Amino acid sequence: MKTGRFGDYGGQFIPETLMKAVKELSEAYEYYRNNADFQKELEDLLKNYAGRPSLLYYAEKMTRDLGGAKIYLKREDLNHTGSHKINNVLGQILLAKRMGKKRVIAETGAGQHGVATATAAALMDMECKIFMGQEDMERQALNVFRMELLGATVQPVTSGTRTLKDAVNETMREWSTRMEDTLYVLGSVMGPHPYPTIVRDFQRIIGKEIKEQLMLAEGKLPDIVIACVGGGSNAIGAFHEFIEDTSVKLIGCEAAGLGVDTPKNAATIANGTVGIFHGMKSFFCQDHYGQIAPVYSISAGLDYPGIGPEHAYLYDTGRAKYVPVTDAEAVSAFEYLSRTEGIIPAIESAHAVAYARKLAPTMEKDQIIVINLSGRGDKDVAAIARYKGVALHE
Amino acid sequence: MSRITKAFENKKAFIAFITGGDPDIETTEKLIPAMAEAGADLIEIGIPFSDPVAEGSVIQQADERALKNGCTVDKLFDMVSAVRRKTDIPLLFMTYLNPVYVYGKEKFLCRCKQCGIDGMIVPDMPFEEKDELSGECEDYGVDLISMIAPTSRERIDRIAKEAKGFLYCVSSLGVTGVRSKITTDMGEMIRRVREVTNIPCAIGFGISTPEQAAHMAQLSDGVIVGSAIVKLIGEYGRESLKPVTEYIRRLKKAIKLCL
Repeated sequence: MKTGRFGDYGGQFIPETLMKAVKELSEAYEYYRNNADFQKELEDLLKNYAGRPSLLYYAEKMTRDLGGAKIYLKREDLNHTGSHKINNVLGQILLAKRMGKKRVIAETGAGQHGVATATAAALMDMECKIFMGQEDMERQALNVFRMELLGATVQPVTSGTRTLKDAVNETMREWSTRMEDTLYVLGSVMGPHPYPTIVRDFQRIIGKEIKEQLMLAEGKLPDIVIACVGGGSNAIGAFHEFIEDTSVKLIGCEAAGLGVDTPKNAATIANGTVGIFHGMKSFFCQDHYGQIAPVYSISAGLDYPGIGPEHAYLYDTGRAKYVPVTDAEAVSAFEYLSRTEGIIPAIESAHAVAYARKLAPTMEKDQIIVINLSGRGDKDVAAIARYKGVALHE
Repeated sequence: MSRITKAFENKKAFIAFITGGDPDIETTEKLIPAMAEAGADLIEIGIPFSDPVAEGSVIQQADERALKNGCTVDKLFDMVSAVRRKTDIPLLFMTYLNPVYVYGKEKFLCRCKQCGIDGMIVPDMPFEEKDELSGECEDYGVDLISMIAPTSRERIDRIAKEAKGFLYCVSSLGVTGVRSKITTDMGEMIRRVREVTNIPCAIGFGISTPEQAAHMAQLSDGVIVGSAIVKLIGEYGRESLKPVTEYIRRLKKAIKLCL
């Protein structure tokens, strides 16, 4: 297998100008991944700053209500900044610092990765610029202000569809202009090598903790691990530790928007085809001329036309399964978890909850489902109110 | 001798870029022979893409215009076939990898050969990934053009040694677009190339004025101008034949003077 490949997927499909930057990052990562001092500093940040380990919570009421498998929630929503994004960002910015960089740039969709990056940049004294689609800035005005509070500059992206994919384009363009003092802190397991590997490694802690915590609680492995998938960082983080444990089923939930049969969705595995874009070979929503399709989901975090190359590989080999979940199902799960367990999930994570609701009743009572609750839903409250036609005056 | 090699013979080549189908296919079909007539030695036809990551705003907008007006790879192939009957100028496609990959690499290159495309420039396919297309390009006799950038340094040897047609030397960091000044030491970059190969070197990115073109032509074997031409097309649309050919004549004159 070539470097940075997962089967045939992955690679480094970027302009020559940027090759120096990704090679430099690769070399730094290869060095620091096994460096005890670096790992110790990262562990300390994860524990004392991000609040790890995150809880593995037994959702007893939900389990009783659905009447089948036992349901556990991996509470990534309880991390500092409210999602799993902080795991990766602390790792990458620490790496940037060791590489002697003074400045970080990043893309963001809903703003979760942007907020996490701005947070870690504030902590580690890095200049920070976040690229965000104009349309997403309007939808997530609060997160824009949050990033600015943290000292970051938010650069509106007005090209293309003015959403996440365009924010990635613009961040890559900026990086190719200025790489000497700047690291691109990519938010998902996508992009050119080494990002899919780096981001996965920094997110693997989710699955490692699930395994340990469940061993303590139940003395066994889960039967199913479920996570939502956009680019796929929280899902890879939850899955990776279990890939060799073939008894554990791995299920990724894609955003089906208004339905996989409508043009308004972001279900890359269900509707996409293999292509080469954003530095990687993987599955993309695109037309038959290879033009990247505008995608849609109620969840800005899943509103991306591609999927990380390792997911493409897990799908091809059959090791993981990917299912579409619609806006309506996700919103229903968002309300369900809020009322049943008193936990408001991110609308992204609600996609995973929705599928678990379907699956649990079909399983035995001694079986176990772990849902990766990748983020908290505070950021989505206004959007859900809009969806339901409730007028809010802030 | 290939058409591309011939374009560099005994002269500094002027390579002109336009986005195919901008603002429409008919305009591109008229522009190509007119540009050849006005003094362009090679023409690069950009295949419009939804997400042109290496492009600045001028070419991004051209891609949007072309796609909005229904430009497709199939229409471009038909247009090139028609143009080939009128001119013998070497023609290159500048395209991101995805439109080629999704069309079918073999089918794409086969059609390139049929309609008379001489070379391909793929800005998101660096040296390490060129296997993705080099076999098909070779099979159909289409030169896969390699690029080097100000950040390439110790990579230059490897890239230059395997280069076909000519070597595209990127003058500046960042994306395509007009620049008031080119700060990279292009003389040094080209000296490094010369240590390993005699392939023609053409400098692109940021060149718009006759002075810049003349200066870059002195340092190399050719000059690539894109955004400055595309900007005129953006301004004049279907009426851009005259301003584009006038501009090309002006640049060609400046480049000729430095021989």
